[in-house]
Amino acid sequence: MLDAIGVSSPEELFAHLPPETRLNRLLNIERGKSEYEIVEYFRARGAETANGYPSFLGAGVYNHYRPVLVDAVVSRGEFLTSYTPYQAEISQGILTTIFEFQTMICQLTGMEVANASMYDGSTAVPEAAMMAMRVTGRDHVAVSRAVHPEYREVLATYLQHQDTRIAEFQYDRETGRIDFASLERALQQNTAAVILQSPNFFGVVEDVKQAAQMAHAAGALLIVVFTEAVSLGLLDPPREADIVAGELQSFAISPSYGGPFAGVIATKEKYMRQIPGRLVGETKDARGNRAYCLTLATREQHIRREKATSNICTNQALVALMATVFMTVYGRQGLRELAEQNLAKAHYLAGQVPLRFRGPFFNEFVARTNGRSPDQVNELLLEKKIIGGLPLDRFYPELAGSMLFCVTEMNRREHMDAVAGVFAAEEALAR
Amino acid sequence: MYPQQYRYTKEHEWVSREGDVGTIGITFHAQKELGDIVYVDLPRPGTIVEKGKSLGSVESVKAVSDIYAPVSGEVTEANPLLANTPEKLNEDPHGAAWLVKIRLSSPDELKDLLSAEDYQKYAGAE
Amino acid sequence: MIRKVREHPSQNEQLLFEISSPGKRGYQLPELDVPLVDPRAALGPENVRRDIEDFPEVSEVEAIRHFTRLSTWNYAIDLGLYPLGSCTMKYNPRVNEAVARTEGLAWAHPYQAESLSQGVMEIVARLEAALAEITGMDAVTLQPAAGAHGELTGILLIRALLESRGNPRRKVLIPDSAHGTNPATAAIAGYEVVHAPSNERGILDPAALAPLVDGDVAAIMITNPNTLGVFEEHIIGIAGLLHSRGALVYMDGANMNALVGMARPGDFGVDVMHLNLHKTFSTPHGGGGPGCGAVAVKEHLEPFLPTPRLEGAGGRWSWNYHRPRSIGRVRAFYGNFGVIVRALAYIMAHGGPGLRAATLDAVANANYLRKRLEAHYELPYGAPSMHECVFSDERQTRHGVRTGDIAKRLIDYGFHPYTVSFPLIVHGALMIEPTETESKQELDLFAEALIAIAEEAEKDADLVRSAPHSTRTSRVDEVAAARKPVVRWRPA
Repeated sequence: MLDAIGVSSPEELFAHLPPETRLNRLLNIERGKSEYEIVEYFRARGAETANGYPSFLGAGVYNHYRPVLVDAVVSRGEFLTSYTPYQAEISQGILTTIFEFQTMICQLTGMEVANASMYDGSTAVPEAAMMAMRVTGRDHVAVSRAVHPEYREVLATYLQHQDTRIAEFQYDRETGRIDFASLERALQQNTAAVILQSPNFFGVVEDVKQAAQMAHAAGALLIVVFTEAVSLGLLDPPREADIVAGELQSFAISPSYGGPFAGVIATKEKYMRQIPGRLVGETKDARGNRAYCLTLATREQHIRREKATSNICTNQALVALMATVFMTVYGRQGLRELAEQNLAKAHYLAGQVPLRFRGPFFNEFVARTNGRSPDQVNELLLEKKIIGGLPLDRFYPELAGSMLFCVTEMNRREHMDAVAGVFAAEEALAR
Repeated sequence: MYPQQYRYTKEHEWVSREGDVGTIGITFHAQKELGDIVYVDLPRPGTIVEKGKSLGSVESVKAVSDIYAPVSGEVTEANPLLANTPEKLNEDPHGAAWLVKIRLSSPDELKDLLSAEDYQKYAGAE
Repeated sequence: MIRKVREHPSQNEQLLFEISSPGKRGYQLPELDVPLVDPRAALGPENVRRDIEDFPEVSEVEAIRHFTRLSTWNYAIDLGLYPLGSCTMKYNPRVNEAVARTEGLAWAHPYQAESLSQGVMEIVARLEAALAEITGMDAVTLQPAAGAHGELTGILLIRALLESRGNPRRKVLIPDSAHGTNPATAAIAGYEVVHAPSNERGILDPAALAPLVDGDVAAIMITNPNTLGVFEEHIIGIAGLLHSRGALVYMDGANMNALVGMARPGDFGVDVMHLNLHKTFSTPHGGGGPGCGAVAVKEHLEPFLPTPRLEGAGGRWSWNYHRPRSIGRVRAFYGNFGVIVRALAYIMAHGGPGLRAATLDAVANANYLRKRLEAHYELPYGAPSMHECVFSDERQTRHGVRTGDIAKRLIDYGFHPYTVSFPLIVHGALMIEPTETESKQELDLFAEALIAIAEEAEKDADLVRSAPHSTRTSRVDEVAAARKPVVRWRPA
């Protein structure tokens, strides 16, 4: 082969590079390891993470059971190792699953159009905000303080150079739901969007209808965010929203220390051309057969370049496929039953600890500690090989002494009782 | 091919005038270059357009082209035909598939535009 | 004669909603070990949905058949070469998949106490260090989720640095051959795009650039090798030019597969760059994602990196959130950890010498294809190719056949098309990147296919123009899909 090219060594193919650009030593990286050594290395790292401990952490990343069918499907080489489906004729497999995904997201969220996924929920939020700004032509955004704190940070990073101002409105200290007087004060003449999360970061279900009325009265769009997709199995979807931006990690996507996940944006049909990210559409081939293809690509970066609706070039295809298989396995009845189990388990534990908020909640709630601090509670739980809830002072100084617990279908009664036991003991301490 | 009474631009737009109202469209050459047109993005009535600035865009599957205002004025009407049947722009770019009507603010601008003959030569040469 | 494929019946399959039937189940939940709760009582009746209308109900067998049948309609790296330029479709090692599923890693929660996260944090640290060494840069962040995300991070970093010096400036220079994400990113970051022209050799020229680099230019975004697969020979001069005017050099690292182990961007003047772990570092494309757009920077940009930063003191890792000059977060949590694991496994498997060898193979493979094809396809730029080569369809258009048609006909020969019509500076481009994965046998099959198609273009143009002929789906009507978009199923 080198003969055919006309060189005696492949290094010659680099001879034309200016010498100052060349690396003249080997990379300072250890020699290649065998497969066994690599597997061992990662197994050892995994063993250092309290692997197998029951956990009550949620806060945007949820422990839900992953049906084995999910990995069976996504491990197929035809899905795993395929490229973005720009060549529709040889990508009908992934394109069809994406079309199904888009449909199921609409069915779950009550929206009319959904894209083929975003990087994750946290980046879907600023993308939705920018979409609202394009649609309304306005440049102000009002966001609830009960939206996931890291999502709000991402929103700020994205909007800092778009000449946009962000106003934060408060939550009611009693209910944990939006303080509507605060929302009213945050609304301005040039507010493009009101952004709220439901269930919110505290697990509390928001009054979406009221928020929608107020947003629309001010000429703004309502963006509803979700981080716990399983909630959609039971909760009435936010039909009054103009845009829904969410995270699908709950649907068989491993927590995996924070990524990769799959976000999604769904909206009303009239905003279809403003939606960022990829879209799969139905059409016919030359023989009249039903077929799918990427469509409305002119919104995207590779065509519009600097005038694109976003710079996003990827969708999280494989991760979205995991969610699609999950939704298929559970289906119409299963998703509801799963959500009901989550509700039952969370309310069982919540009934045994002092709650911070009165508002209705799904599978997360905020518990108050009275005697010890949340960190101390977690230490005691760790001694029992249980990972406790998230102390909230790290994100909400006003909620120091409170912690966020998440209970899913994977938590067992005995562990919940252990948590209740620690709280009972520290109640006694407090008196 | 190119109606005598229209005026043309090097960006392949045409303008026709009745009193102080100008009708703007894109030329046969333009739609041919674009291929199958799938969407037309037009400004709302009331929008002020300025000669040389973009007033909207035309999309084919793989490309987007800006439409540059050949003259200045206020948009009075956007062609409703193109909202649901953008393909009309391929079929009848000089007639039924006009883009917008505007109230001309500086009718003199028309003088600087190309005649049908000059445009024909220019488009043929491209 | 087509040697790589033969026709074979493929299974038909409908949509989930069309196979769905009420009462079918694919799941079984364990019995509840706590009392049932009435949702309407707990949540308020107005908050409870009646039903998920039209959501599918299928059995497990129907589910596995559905997805398996659909999968057989896809082309994939596991089936053969993907010659897509600048995509680096190399083999996705299965050991990566296995290690990413290690239980303690797959179930690690980002908010777990740091004392319980030392293992995962070490993995992040190790990849950061390896990528810093590979790129010749001083610090790496793994937070961005994809290449474009990394680009945005990089430009925001530049902006933050310049702002700290008193003036963020207004313009970014971008070559006309750049990938579309580059100008889209600059626009989102609030910069105006100024096009930097390539010279007759297809590369950037400091003399032509100089007049464009004024005090208002914040940065240049370059790709090296560029999208023609050609090394930007004047890069050191260009970097010097930008730096002398107080501007910075951003490099799109999509083409790093030509450089790993042989040259380092940090050594030739780059201030900040992104890497595509799903390209150079073998993590799977998965039909379009996930990826990871690692960003590597020189020291002067380090203070602005996204929060938090991983720090290790006395063998103990921790996340530092106290980063007053940081641009903030570009996404929640720490990064696409699952992708990070896969990339690290790849680097560990190759080691320093192996990474270098892969680069040499990648460049050799591309040059082999170039040599085999240059008699049949027009080579618009004669400059030496690195890991990819770009042809134009000029000779074939004389017979009315364009690059898009040739690409479709390639499908009949059993291959996925190359990158069509990009970069834009080549009319009717055919952009080909084989990667180091491919053997001579596969490359020869590919070259023979393209040579046969060139002949078909002359002798039977219609055959090429109406391709593909042997796929389940013939040419798809993209125009109808765009005119009347139907993006979800609805019941009849």
